[in-house]
Amino acid sequence: MTTWHIILIASAATLALKLVGHLVPAGFLERERPARIADLLTVALLAALIAVQTLGAGQEIVVDARVPALIVAAALYALRVPFIVVVAVAALVAAGIRALG
Amino acid sequence: MDERTAADAPAAGEGDGAASERSTAVRDSLAVGIATAIYGISFGALAVAAGLDVWQTCFLSLVMFTGGSQFALVGVLASGGVAAGGSAIATAAMLGIRNVVYGMRMKPIVDDVDPVTGRGSIWLRVAAAWVTIDESTAVALAQPNDRAARVGFWVTGITIFVGWNLTTLAGALIGDAIGDTRAWGLDAAAAAAFLGLLWPRLKRFQAGAVAVAAAVVATLATPVLMPGLPVLVAAVVAVVVGWFNLFDRRRAS
Repeated sequence: MTTWHIILIASAATLALKLVGHLVPAGFLERERPARIADLLTVALLAALIAVQTLGAGQEIVVDARVPALIVAAALYALRVPFIVVVAVAALVAAGIRALG
Repeated sequence: MDERTAADAPAAGEGDGAASERSTAVRDSLAVGIATAIYGISFGALAVAAGLDVWQTCFLSLVMFTGGSQFALVGVLASGGVAAGGSAIATAAMLGIRNVVYGMRMKPIVDDVDPVTGRGSIWLRVAAAWVTIDESTAVALAQPNDRAARVGFWVTGITIFVGWNLTTLAGALIGDAIGDTRAWGLDAAAAAAFLGLLWPRLKRFQAGAVAVAAAVVATLATPVLMPGLPVLVAAVVAVVVGWFNLFDRRRAS
Protein backbone atom coordinates (compact mmCIF):
# COMPACT_ATOMS: atom_id res chain seq x y z
CA MET A 1 0.00 0.00 0.00
CA THR A 2 1.30 3.46 -0.87
CA THR A 3 0.39 6.71 0.88
CA TRP A 4 -1.95 7.53 -2.02
CA HIS A 5 -3.79 4.21 -1.62
CA ILE A 6 -4.30 4.92 2.07
CA ILE A 7 -5.57 8.41 1.35
CA LEU A 8 -7.94 7.28 -1.41
CA ILE A 9 -9.42 4.39 0.56
CA ALA A 10 -9.84 6.42 3.75
CA SER A 11 -11.39 9.35 1.86
CA ALA A 12 -13.78 7.05 0.02
CA ALA A 13 -14.81 5.48 3.33
CA THR A 14 -15.48 8.76 5.14
CA LEU A 15 -17.30 10.26 2.15
CA ALA A 16 -19.43 7.12 1.82
CA LEU A 17 -20.39 7.40 5.49
CA LYS A 18 -21.53 11.00 4.96
CA LEU A 19 -23.63 9.90 1.96
CA VAL A 20 -25.18 7.04 3.93
CA GLY A 21 -26.62 9.53 6.41
CA HIS A 22 -28.28 11.56 3.65
CA LEU A 23 -29.33 8.84 1.22
CA VAL A 24 -30.36 5.93 3.39
CA PRO A 25 -33.63 6.14 5.35
CA ALA A 26 -33.08 6.86 9.01
CA GLY A 27 -33.21 3.80 11.17
CA PHE A 28 -30.46 1.87 12.81
CA LEU A 29 -28.33 4.74 14.08
CA GLU A 30 -31.35 6.62 15.42
CA ARG A 31 -31.89 3.93 18.02
CA GLU A 32 -30.47 4.74 21.42
CA ARG A 33 -27.75 2.15 21.77
CA PRO A 34 -26.09 2.53 18.32
CA ALA A 35 -26.27 6.32 18.64
CA ARG A 36 -24.59 6.17 22.04
CA ILE A 37 -21.84 3.84 20.78
CA ALA A 38 -21.20 6.07 17.75
CA ASP A 39 -20.87 9.05 20.07
CA LEU A 40 -18.53 7.32 22.55
CA LEU A 41 -16.48 5.86 19.70
CA THR A 42 -15.44 9.40 18.76
CA VAL A 43 -14.46 10.11 22.37
CA ALA A 44 -12.46 6.88 22.77
CA LEU A 45 -10.57 7.28 19.49
CA LEU A 46 -9.64 10.90 20.19
CA ALA A 47 -8.51 10.08 23.74
CA ALA A 48 -6.42 7.15 22.48
CA LEU A 49 -4.87 9.36 19.80
CA ILE A 50 -3.96 11.95 22.47
CA ALA A 51 -2.27 9.25 24.58
CA VAL A 52 -0.28 7.82 21.67
CA GLN A 53 0.62 11.24 20.29
CA THR A 54 1.79 12.47 23.72
CA LEU A 55 3.58 9.39 25.08
CA GLY A 56 4.38 7.15 22.13
CA ALA A 57 7.68 6.96 20.28
CA GLY A 58 7.34 4.05 17.91
CA GLN A 59 6.56 1.15 20.26
CA GLU A 60 8.04 2.85 23.32
CA ILE A 61 6.39 5.01 25.96
CA VAL A 62 8.42 8.18 26.52
CA VAL A 63 7.77 11.13 28.83
CA ASP A 64 9.23 14.24 27.22
CA ALA A 65 8.44 17.85 26.32
CA ARG A 66 5.08 16.81 24.86
CA VAL A 67 3.65 16.09 28.33
CA PRO A 68 4.01 19.63 29.76
CA ALA A 69 2.83 21.00 26.41
CA LEU A 70 -0.36 18.94 26.65
CA ILE A 71 -0.96 20.03 30.26
CA VAL A 72 -0.65 23.68 29.21
CA ALA A 73 -3.05 22.98 26.33
CA ALA A 74 -5.62 21.45 28.70
CA ALA A 75 -5.40 24.49 30.99
CA LEU A 76 -5.93 26.84 28.05
CA TYR A 77 -8.93 24.89 26.73
CA ALA A 78 -10.42 25.05 30.23
CA LEU A 79 -10.03 28.85 30.00
CA ARG A 80 -11.86 28.72 26.61
CA VAL A 81 -8.87 29.94 24.62
CA PRO A 82 -9.45 29.38 20.86
CA PHE A 83 -8.24 26.14 19.27
CA ILE A 84 -5.65 27.64 16.94
CA VAL A 85 -4.03 29.64 19.77
CA VAL A 86 -3.84 26.59 22.04
CA VAL A 87 -2.27 24.45 19.31
CA ALA A 88 0.36 27.13 18.64
CA VAL A 89 1.15 27.59 22.35
CA ALA A 90 1.51 23.81 22.79
CA ALA A 91 4.02 23.74 19.95
CA LEU A 92 5.90 26.68 21.50
CA VAL A 93 6.07 25.03 24.94
CA ALA A 94 7.47 21.80 23.50
CA ALA A 95 9.88 23.64 21.21
CA GLY A 96 11.02 25.88 24.08
CA ILE A 97 11.69 22.97 26.43
CA ARG A 98 13.64 21.14 23.71
CA ALA A 99 15.66 24.24 22.87
CA LEU A 100 16.62 24.68 26.54
CA GLY A 101 17.17 20.97 27.26
CA MET B 1 -13.68 19.50 14.03
CA ASP B 2 -15.04 20.81 17.26
CA GLU B 3 -18.47 21.99 18.22
CA ARG B 4 -17.53 24.21 21.12
CA THR B 5 -17.60 27.25 18.88
CA ALA B 6 -21.08 26.30 17.75
CA ALA B 7 -22.30 25.88 21.32
CA ASP B 8 -20.90 29.33 22.12
CA ALA B 9 -22.61 30.97 19.17
CA PRO B 10 -25.45 33.24 20.24
CA ALA B 11 -28.87 31.66 19.88
CA ALA B 12 -31.09 33.31 17.32
CA GLY B 13 -33.68 35.68 18.75
CA GLU B 14 -37.30 34.61 18.63
CA GLY B 15 -40.22 36.50 17.21
CA ASP B 16 -38.09 38.96 15.24
CA GLY B 17 -39.43 37.79 11.90
CA ALA B 18 -37.98 35.46 9.30
CA ALA B 19 -35.52 37.96 7.84
CA SER B 20 -33.98 38.64 11.22
CA GLU B 21 -33.77 34.94 12.00
CA ARG B 22 -32.07 34.39 8.68
CA SER B 23 -29.51 37.11 9.26
CA THR B 24 -28.82 35.74 12.75
CA ALA B 25 -28.26 32.33 11.18
CA VAL B 26 -25.83 33.86 8.67
CA ARG B 27 -23.97 35.68 11.45
CA ASP B 28 -23.69 32.49 13.58
CA SER B 29 -22.50 30.57 10.53
CA LEU B 30 -19.80 33.04 9.56
CA ALA B 31 -18.50 33.31 13.14
CA VAL B 32 -18.24 29.54 13.54
CA GLY B 33 -17.11 28.99 9.96
CA ILE B 34 -14.24 31.44 9.97
CA ALA B 35 -13.01 30.38 13.44
CA THR B 36 -13.02 26.74 12.35
CA ALA B 37 -11.48 27.29 8.95
CA ILE B 38 -8.42 28.97 10.46
CA TYR B 39 -7.17 25.82 12.08
CA GLY B 40 -6.83 24.13 8.73
CA ILE B 41 -3.36 25.67 9.03
CA SER B 42 -2.48 23.23 11.80
CA PHE B 43 -3.84 20.31 9.77
CA GLY B 44 -1.79 21.29 6.73
CA ALA B 45 1.42 21.64 8.72
CA LEU B 46 0.91 18.37 10.63
CA ALA B 47 0.04 16.39 7.49
CA VAL B 48 3.27 17.45 5.79
CA ALA B 49 5.18 16.71 9.00
CA ALA B 50 3.68 13.19 8.90
CA GLY B 51 5.24 12.63 5.48
CA LEU B 52 2.39 13.56 3.12
CA ASP B 53 3.14 15.84 0.19
CA VAL B 54 1.23 19.06 -0.43
CA TRP B 55 -1.11 17.41 -2.99
CA GLN B 56 -2.01 14.56 -0.68
CA THR B 57 -2.66 17.00 2.14
CA CYS B 58 -4.95 19.15 0.00
CA PHE B 59 -6.76 16.08 -1.35
CA LEU B 60 -7.70 15.08 2.18
CA SER B 61 -9.19 18.49 2.95
CA LEU B 62 -11.09 18.53 -0.35
CA VAL B 63 -12.52 15.02 -0.31
CA MET B 64 -12.38 13.65 3.23
CA PHE B 65 -13.27 17.06 4.69
CA THR B 66 -13.90 16.00 8.27
CA GLY B 67 -11.29 17.31 10.68
CA GLY B 68 -11.23 14.49 13.23
CA SER B 69 -10.66 11.81 10.60
CA GLN B 70 -8.06 13.94 8.80
CA PHE B 71 -6.03 14.56 11.96
CA ALA B 72 -6.36 10.89 12.92
CA LEU B 73 -5.19 9.61 9.54
CA VAL B 74 -2.04 11.73 9.53
CA GLY B 75 -1.47 11.06 13.26
CA VAL B 76 -1.42 7.30 12.78
CA LEU B 77 0.74 7.60 9.64
CA ALA B 78 3.16 9.82 11.60
CA SER B 79 3.61 7.14 14.27
CA GLY B 80 3.55 4.02 12.10
CA GLY B 81 4.27 5.06 8.53
CA VAL B 82 2.73 3.35 5.51
CA ALA B 83 2.92 0.01 7.35
CA ALA B 84 0.18 1.31 9.68
CA GLY B 85 -2.01 2.18 6.67
CA GLY B 86 -4.75 -0.29 7.61
CA SER B 87 -5.03 1.14 11.12
CA ALA B 88 -4.95 4.68 9.75
CA ILE B 89 -7.87 3.94 7.40
CA ALA B 90 -9.86 2.15 10.12
CA THR B 91 -9.35 4.97 12.63
CA ALA B 92 -10.34 7.66 10.13
CA ALA B 93 -13.41 5.67 9.05
CA MET B 94 -14.58 5.02 12.61
CA LEU B 95 -14.23 8.70 13.47
CA GLY B 96 -16.38 9.38 10.41
CA ILE B 97 -19.29 7.29 11.72
CA ARG B 98 -20.71 10.25 13.63
CA ASN B 99 -21.27 11.98 10.29
CA VAL B 100 -23.87 9.30 9.49
CA VAL B 101 -25.84 10.44 12.53
CA TYR B 102 -25.43 14.09 11.54
CA GLY B 103 -26.59 13.32 8.00
CA MET B 104 -29.76 11.68 9.28
CA ARG B 105 -30.50 14.76 11.36
CA MET B 106 -29.74 17.22 8.54
CA LYS B 107 -31.55 15.34 5.76
CA PRO B 108 -35.08 16.64 6.54
CA ILE B 109 -33.71 20.17 6.91
CA VAL B 110 -31.73 20.38 3.66
CA ASP B 111 -33.98 18.23 1.46
CA ASP B 112 -35.64 20.43 -1.14
CA VAL B 113 -38.26 18.00 -2.37
CA ASP B 114 -39.65 18.57 -5.86
CA PRO B 115 -43.45 19.00 -5.54
CA VAL B 116 -44.09 17.13 -8.83
CA THR B 117 -41.86 14.10 -8.48
CA GLY B 118 -41.72 14.06 -4.70
CA ARG B 119 -37.98 13.47 -4.88
CA GLY B 120 -35.06 15.64 -3.84
CA SER B 121 -32.18 16.51 -6.15
CA ILE B 122 -29.42 13.91 -5.92
CA TRP B 123 -26.71 16.53 -6.45
CA LEU B 124 -28.05 18.71 -3.69
CA ARG B 125 -27.96 15.72 -1.37
CA VAL B 126 -24.40 14.84 -2.35
CA ALA B 127 -23.33 18.45 -1.76
CA ALA B 128 -25.12 18.46 1.59
CA ALA B 129 -23.46 15.18 2.57
CA TRP B 130 -20.06 16.57 1.55
CA VAL B 131 -20.35 19.51 3.97
CA THR B 132 -22.02 17.53 6.78
CA ILE B 133 -19.58 17.98 9.67
CA ASP B 134 -19.69 18.82 13.38
CA GLU B 135 -19.97 22.57 12.86
CA SER B 136 -22.55 22.76 10.06
CA THR B 137 -24.76 20.34 12.01
CA ALA B 138 -24.29 22.19 15.31
CA VAL B 139 -25.11 25.61 13.82
CA ALA B 140 -28.19 24.22 12.04
CA LEU B 141 -29.46 22.59 15.24
CA ALA B 142 -28.97 25.84 17.18
CA GLN B 143 -31.44 27.74 14.94
CA PRO B 144 -35.07 28.33 15.98
CA ASN B 145 -36.75 26.92 12.83
CA ASP B 146 -36.10 24.87 9.69
CA ARG B 147 -35.62 27.85 7.35
CA ALA B 148 -32.93 29.39 9.55
CA ALA B 149 -31.45 25.92 10.12
CA ARG B 150 -31.10 25.42 6.36
CA VAL B 151 -29.32 28.76 6.01
CA GLY B 152 -27.09 27.95 8.98
CA PHE B 153 -26.19 24.53 7.60
CA TRP B 154 -25.23 25.73 4.12
CA VAL B 155 -23.46 28.96 5.08
CA THR B 156 -21.42 27.25 7.79
CA GLY B 157 -20.61 24.24 5.60
CA ILE B 158 -19.57 26.27 2.57
CA THR B 159 -17.62 28.86 4.59
CA ILE B 160 -15.62 26.11 6.28
CA PHE B 161 -15.15 24.16 3.05
CA VAL B 162 -13.61 27.14 1.25
CA GLY B 163 -11.64 28.40 4.26
CA TRP B 164 -10.44 24.99 5.42
CA ASN B 165 -9.02 24.16 1.99
CA LEU B 166 -7.23 27.50 1.66
CA THR B 167 -5.71 27.27 5.14
CA THR B 168 -4.76 23.62 4.57
CA LEU B 169 -2.72 24.66 1.55
CA ALA B 170 -1.12 27.51 3.52
CA GLY B 171 -0.32 25.16 6.42
CA ALA B 172 1.12 22.52 4.09
CA LEU B 173 3.42 25.07 2.46
CA ILE B 174 4.55 26.31 5.88
CA GLY B 175 5.09 22.74 7.10
CA ASP B 176 7.08 21.99 3.96
CA ALA B 177 9.36 24.95 4.62
CA ILE B 178 10.22 24.37 8.28
CA GLY B 179 11.89 20.95 8.07
CA ASP B 180 12.60 19.50 11.54
CA THR B 181 9.08 19.28 12.96
CA ARG B 182 10.08 17.98 16.39
CA ALA B 183 12.26 21.01 17.07
CA TRP B 184 9.21 23.17 16.30
CA GLY B 185 7.05 21.16 18.68
CA LEU B 186 4.65 19.99 15.97
CA ASP B 187 4.28 16.58 17.64
CA ALA B 188 2.96 18.32 20.76
CA ALA B 189 0.76 20.50 18.55
CA ALA B 190 -0.85 17.34 17.15
CA ALA B 191 -1.66 16.11 20.66
CA ALA B 192 -3.11 19.51 21.53
CA ALA B 193 -5.22 19.43 18.35
CA PHE B 194 -6.73 16.06 19.32
CA LEU B 195 -7.41 17.44 22.80
CA GLY B 196 -9.21 20.40 21.25
CA LEU B 197 -11.45 18.04 19.27
CA LEU B 198 -12.14 15.96 22.38
CA TRP B 199 -12.71 18.81 24.86
CA PRO B 200 -16.29 19.80 23.92
CA ARG B 201 -17.34 16.13 24.06
CA LEU B 202 -16.42 15.71 27.72
CA LYS B 203 -19.52 17.32 29.19
CA ARG B 204 -20.97 14.03 30.41
CA PHE B 205 -19.39 11.81 33.06
CA GLN B 206 -19.74 8.77 30.78
CA ALA B 207 -17.69 10.44 28.05
CA GLY B 208 -14.99 11.41 30.57
CA ALA B 209 -14.78 7.85 31.86
CA VAL B 210 -14.48 6.47 28.32
CA ALA B 211 -11.77 9.02 27.47
CA VAL B 212 -9.62 8.10 30.49
CA ALA B 213 -10.07 4.34 29.96
CA ALA B 214 -9.32 4.59 26.24
CA ALA B 215 -6.16 6.64 26.90
CA VAL B 216 -4.95 4.07 29.45
CA VAL B 217 -5.69 1.13 27.12
CA ALA B 218 -3.89 2.80 24.21
CA THR B 219 -0.85 3.59 26.38
CA LEU B 220 -0.63 0.05 27.78
CA ALA B 221 -1.03 -1.45 24.30
CA THR B 222 1.65 0.73 22.68
CA PRO B 223 4.69 -1.38 23.67
CA VAL B 224 3.07 -4.67 22.64
CA LEU B 225 1.19 -3.83 19.44
CA MET B 226 2.17 -2.46 16.05
CA PRO B 227 1.83 1.36 15.76
CA GLY B 228 -1.76 2.26 14.88
CA LEU B 229 -3.36 -0.77 16.54
CA PRO B 230 -3.41 0.62 20.13
CA VAL B 231 -5.89 3.29 19.01
CA LEU B 232 -8.17 0.68 17.46
CA VAL B 233 -8.00 -1.53 20.55
CA ALA B 234 -8.99 1.46 22.68
CA ALA B 235 -12.16 1.82 20.57
CA VAL B 236 -13.39 -1.40 22.21
CA VAL B 237 -13.84 0.65 25.40
CA ALA B 238 -16.49 2.75 23.65
CA VAL B 239 -18.34 -0.31 22.36
CA VAL B 240 -18.42 -1.99 25.78
CA VAL B 241 -19.40 1.14 27.73
CA GLY B 242 -21.91 2.19 25.07
CA TRP B 243 -23.50 -1.26 24.77
CA PHE B 244 -24.12 -1.71 28.50
CA ASN B 245 -24.56 2.04 29.12
CA LEU B 246 -22.00 1.98 31.96
CA PHE B 247 -21.10 5.11 33.99
CA ASP B 248 -24.35 6.77 32.97
CA ARG B 249 -24.72 9.71 35.29
CA ARG B 250 -24.50 13.43 34.71
CA ARG B 251 -21.40 15.12 36.05
CA ALA B 252 -22.18 17.06 39.22
CA SER B 253 -20.87 20.44 38.04
